Amino acid sequence: MTRRNSLFAATMLAGTAAAFSLMSTGAAQAQGALVMYCAVQEEWCRAMTSAFERETGIKVSMTRKSSGEIYAQVKAEAQNPRADIWWGGTGDPHMQAAEEGLTMEYKSPNMGELQDWAVRQWEQSKNRTVGIYSGALGFGYNTELVKANGIKEPKCWADLLNEDLKDEVQVADPNSSGTAYTLLATIVQLMGEEKGFEYLKSLHKNVNQYTKSGAAPAKATALGETTVGIVFMHDMVTMVVDNAPVKVVAPCEGTGYEIGSMSIIKGAKNLENAKKFYDWALTPAAQKLGAEAKSYQVPSNKNTPVPPQAPKLDEIKLINFDFAKYGSSEERRRLLSKWDNEVKNLPK
Amino acid sequence: MSRATLGWIVLGWIGYALLPWYGLDGAASSLGDYFVGRSGLVHGLTGAWWLLPILLPLVMGLRPAFAGSGESDGTWLIASGLLGLALVILQGFAIGMNGWTFEVLKVLFGEPGPRQDGIGYGATLTLTAFLIVLCHGFAARGWCRGDAFVTSSIGVVIALIIVFVFFPVSTILASAFADNDGNFAPAEFAAKFTDQSIWGLDCLTSNLRCGVAWNTLFLGVLVAFGTTALGLAFALIATRTAFRYKKLLRVMSVLPIITPPFVIGLALILLFGRSGALSAVLWDWFGIPRSRWIYGLPGIFIAQLLAFTPIAFLVLIGVVQGISPTLEEASQTLRAKSWTTFMTITLPLMRPGLANAFLLGFVESLADFGNPLVLGGNYEVLSTKIFFAVVGAQQDQGRAAVLSIILLAFTLGAFWLQHAWLGKKVYTTVTGKGDAGIPLPLPRRVAAASYLTAIPWALFTLVVYTIIVVGGFVRSMGRDYTPTLDHLLTAFRIENTEWGLHFSGSAWDSFFATVKVAALAAPLTAAVGLLTAYLLTRQRFSGQRAFEFGTLLSFAIPGTVVGVSYILAFNVPPIEITGTGFILVMCFVFRNMPVGVRAGIATLSQIDKSLDEASLTLGARSATTMRRVVLPLLRPAVVASLVYSFVRAMTAVSAVIFLVTAEYNMATTYIVGRVEAGEFGLAIAYSTVLILVMLLAIVMIQLAVGERRLGRRSAAANAAPVAVQAVP
Repeated sequence: MTRRNSLFAATMLAGTAAAFSLMSTGAAQAQGALVMYCAVQEEWCRAMTSAFERETGIKVSMTRKSSGEIYAQVKAEAQNPRADIWWGGTGDPHMQAAEEGLTMEYKSPNMGELQDWAVRQWEQSKNRTVGIYSGALGFGYNTELVKANGIKEPKCWADLLNEDLKDEVQVADPNSSGTAYTLLATIVQLMGEEKGFEYLKSLHKNVNQYTKSGAAPAKATALGETTVGIVFMHDMVTMVVDNAPVKVVAPCEGTGYEIGSMSIIKGAKNLENAKKFYDWALTPAAQKLGAEAKSYQVPSNKNTPVPPQAPKLDEIKLINFDFAKYGSSEERRRLLSKWDNEVKNLPK
Repeated sequence: MSRATLGWIVLGWIGYALLPWYGLDGAASSLGDYFVGRSGLVHGLTGAWWLLPILLPLVMGLRPAFAGSGESDGTWLIASGLLGLALVILQGFAIGMNGWTFEVLKVLFGEPGPRQDGIGYGATLTLTAFLIVLCHGFAARGWCRGDAFVTSSIGVVIALIIVFVFFPVSTILASAFADNDGNFAPAEFAAKFTDQSIWGLDCLTSNLRCGVAWNTLFLGVLVAFGTTALGLAFALIATRTAFRYKKLLRVMSVLPIITPPFVIGLALILLFGRSGALSAVLWDWFGIPRSRWIYGLPGIFIAQLLAFTPIAFLVLIGVVQGISPTLEEASQTLRAKSWTTFMTITLPLMRPGLANAFLLGFVESLADFGNPLVLGGNYEVLSTKIFFAVVGAQQDQGRAAVLSIILLAFTLGAFWLQHAWLGKKVYTTVTGKGDAGIPLPLPRRVAAASYLTAIPWALFTLVVYTIIVVGGFVRSMGRDYTPTLDHLLTAFRIENTEWGLHFSGSAWDSFFATVKVAALAAPLTAAVGLLTAYLLTRQRFSGQRAFEFGTLLSFAIPGTVVGVSYILAFNVPPIEITGTGFILVMCFVFRNMPVGVRAGIATLSQIDKSLDEASLTLGARSATTMRRVVLPLLRPAVVASLVYSFVRAMTAVSAVIFLVTAEYNMATTYIVGRVEAGEFGLAIAYSTVLILVMLLAIVMIQLAVGERRLGRRSAAANAAPVAVQAVP
C-alpha cells in the first residue's frame, strides 16, 4: 500500500510540477513590456505591435479579441488587471469602461494634433478614452444582384424601405453588435425617437437576417447572400478592394459614425510603457499603418494621410452624434429593450 | 505511522519553510534567497504574521511520529490536516492583494489592512500535504478499509473538483441573483428568469417568435432523433450487412469529431447559401430560385446532424455488436420471421444504446455554439444568447448566468430522465452475452431503409468535406475559384533566414500553443479521469453518488460561462493563475475529465475484479498489479480519454476566448477571428491543417499506448459515451 501510495503521490506531484513550471510564465510584467488588448483586424494589430517594438524596443504581448469580449474581460479582471492598454474597437465599450472607472485618465502631449471628434470623445469620457480612428455608418449593395433584379440603386436610408428590397437587407442585431447599435442610435438621432422606431419597424420587413457579428453583412453582400448590407463603410471598402461587386453608399440624409478608441487600463502594471504607446499611437507614423493593413478607417491625427480608398468624412453628411448620451449604459439598455419589444418581435 | 505519512508531513514542512510561499514566477537574485528567503516561515517572521499560526498544525502532524504509534494517531493526523487546511484557506481568502476582503474585517481592524499575493509552490505543497495527511488520518481511523491510497485519491479528486469546478462556477452563478451593482436581488432573478424572450410561446398561435428556451429544446430533440436514426442505419450496415465500403464509414465517423467548429457551418453556406455552389447548379439547371433557407433552423439542424451523427454511430455500433446472436437464433428456431425477430428481439435489445445515443445528440446540440453562430439566422438558441449576454452590447452578466442555469437544468434533466428510464431496463440487455453464432442478416426492408438513409447521407458528408478541402485552396470560395496556396502560406509560412528557419506565418504562434496545451492536458485528463473511474467502480464509500454527480457537472455548463467564471475566480489571490498556460490546461482537464471517467467506468466494469486479486495472491506487489494487470486491460479507455481530451482541447472555442493571452493564443480563437473578418479561406486552410494534426496525434496515441487493433476496437465501443464533451 505504501509503495503504491508513494508512487501515486510522486506521479501527481511530478505532473503538477511539470505543468506549473512549463506553463507558469504569466503575462509579461517585467520591465520593457506592454500587454495590449487589440480589437481591430489581426493584420492591423500585428503591424502596430511590431512597429512599436521596432521603435521603442518594448516587447508587446498582444491579444486580439472583439471589443465586447475585451470589455467583458477587463471588467472581470478589474481586481487585478492583466492588460496595460486597450487599443481599437468601437467607442461604446470604451465609454462604458470609462463610466465604470475601469480605465484611467491621461492627457497625451499629442492631443493638439487630433481631429475635433477625437478630442470630443476624450472630453466626453472625462479624459479616459481617446479617438484613434473614425468610420461612418453606411451601407453597400451588390451591384450584380441590383442589376439582375432591376432594383433601383439605393442612395438614402429611405430607399431601404423600398418594396423591391423585401428580405434583401442584412444588418446585425444591436444586442450583440456595436455596429447595429450605432445604427439604432443614428436613426433615433436623425429622425427623432418616435419616427426613428417607425422607420426601424418598416425596415424590419426588409431585413432577412439580424446577424450576430457587426461586419458579417459586408461579407454576405460581397458573396451575394444579401443585396444590401448595413455596416460601417470601411468594412464594405475592404470588400471593394478585394474586387467584390459591391458599391459603398453614404446615405443622403446623413449618418452616424463610430470612434475607434484607445484607453489605458486602470491599474496597468506597465503604466509608463502604456503611456509611451498611447502617445505613439496618436502619431501619423503609427496611424498610417491601418491603410497598409487594408483597414480603411479615417485616422484621428490631422497630419496622417487619409487612405485614398477611405470614405471621405468631409463628403459625408455626418450627424452630431451624442456619444455621451447614447454610450451611457442606461440609455443603451432602454433603447435595446425597446427595440427588442417593438421591432424584433414584430411579424414580417 | 507509515513512512508515506511521515513523508507528506516532511513535504508540508518543506513547502512552509523552504519553498517560496507566494507567486508562481520565480524571479530571484540568488538560489538561497529563492528557496529560503521567500518561504512562508520567513515571511511570517518578517511581517506577515498571519502565516505563523500554520506552524501549529505542522507541529501537531509530527506528534504521532515521535510519540510512537498509538490509537490516537489517526485523530492527531485528522486534527492537523483539518486545522492546517482551514488556516491556509482562511488567511488566503481573508487577505487579498488590496487588503482585507471581508467587510467585517475592515470594520474590526481598519482599512485597508495587510496585503498578499497569490499562492506559490510552497503554499501549494503545504496545502496538498495537509490534505493528504488528513486523508491518511481517516484511513488510520479505518475508513475505506484503512487503505490510505484510496482515501488520499478520493480526497485529492474531491479537492480538485471543488477548486476547479465548484468554486469558479458558483462565483458566476451567484451573479444570477445580483443586480448590476452586485447587490443581492432575488426579484431581478425572478424577472429575468420568467422573461417572455425565454419562455414565450407566441409561435404556436401566431407568426411571432417563440422563446429561446423552447427553440433550444425543439432543436435538441430534433437533432437527437435525427442523429439516432442515422447512427442506427450506419451501425446496422457496418455490422449486419456485407457492405463493401465499411472502412470508409469508419473514417467518416471520425472526421466530424475532429473538425474544428464553424467549418461545417461555413461549408454549408458555401454549398447552400444563396450564392452557394449547389444553389447555383439548382438555379442554372432546374430553375429553382436561390433562397436563404439555410439560415435558421434548417441550417443548424443539418450542420448538427453532420457533426453529431458519428457520435450516435459510435455508441450504437458497440451496442449492436454486443447483442448476442443466440437470442435471435432462438427466435428463428421458434419460426419467427426475420422481420418479427428484428422488431421483437433485436430492436428492444438496442434500447439502452438508442437512449444513450439520443441523450448524447440532445446534449451536444444544446452545447453547440459554432453552428448556431454561423447559420443561426434569426433562430436563437441558448448557447449563443449566453455568449452575447456577456460580450454583446447588453453586457449583462446576470442575464448570462440566468440563461446558463436554464441550460444546466435542461442538460441535467435529460441525464436524469435517461437514468430513470434505463435503470429499469438495463438488466435485460446485459444477459446472454455469448460469442456463439453469426449475426443474422437484416430483414430486407430494414436493410433497404438503412441503405436509403445512410448512403445519400454518406455522399452528402463527402461533398461537404470536399468543399472544406477545396475552400482552403481557392482564392475566394463562392466568387473566385482560382487555385492558390496563399491562405496556407499566410498562416504557415516558414522562411529560411540567416538565423535558420523562421516561422513567420501568422498562425504558428497559436498553432504551437494549442499543440502544447493539448498535449499537456491530455495525459492529465486521462490520469484524473481514470483514477476517478477506479474509485467509482472499485470502491464503496458514502457520498459516492454526489461525488459522481460532481464529476459530471462540468460538462453541463456552457463554455462561455466556464471561461468568465475562471477569470472571476482565478484572477485574484489566493489562486492567481490567469494569463498563464496553466489555467488553460486546468480548464481543459476539468471540462474533459468526464471523458476519462466514462471510458474508465465502461472498461473497468468489464474487467473481473478477481484478476487483480489473483495477481496479489500470486505474490505480486500492488504497484506491479496496477502496472501489469489493470493498466494494460485499461488500454482502450486510456486511448479513448487521451484522444478525446487532445481533440477537445484543440477544438474548444467559447471556454477559452477569455483565457487566451498573447503567449497562449489558441488555434480556435484565431479561426474565430478569421471568420469574423470574413476570411473564410484562411480559416478553412488552418482547419484542414488542424484536422491532419489531430489524425496524426490519434495514430500516435494508439501506437504509443497499445496494440492498434485492440485500441481501435475498444475506442469505437468506449469512446462514445465520452463524446458528451462537445462543448465548444
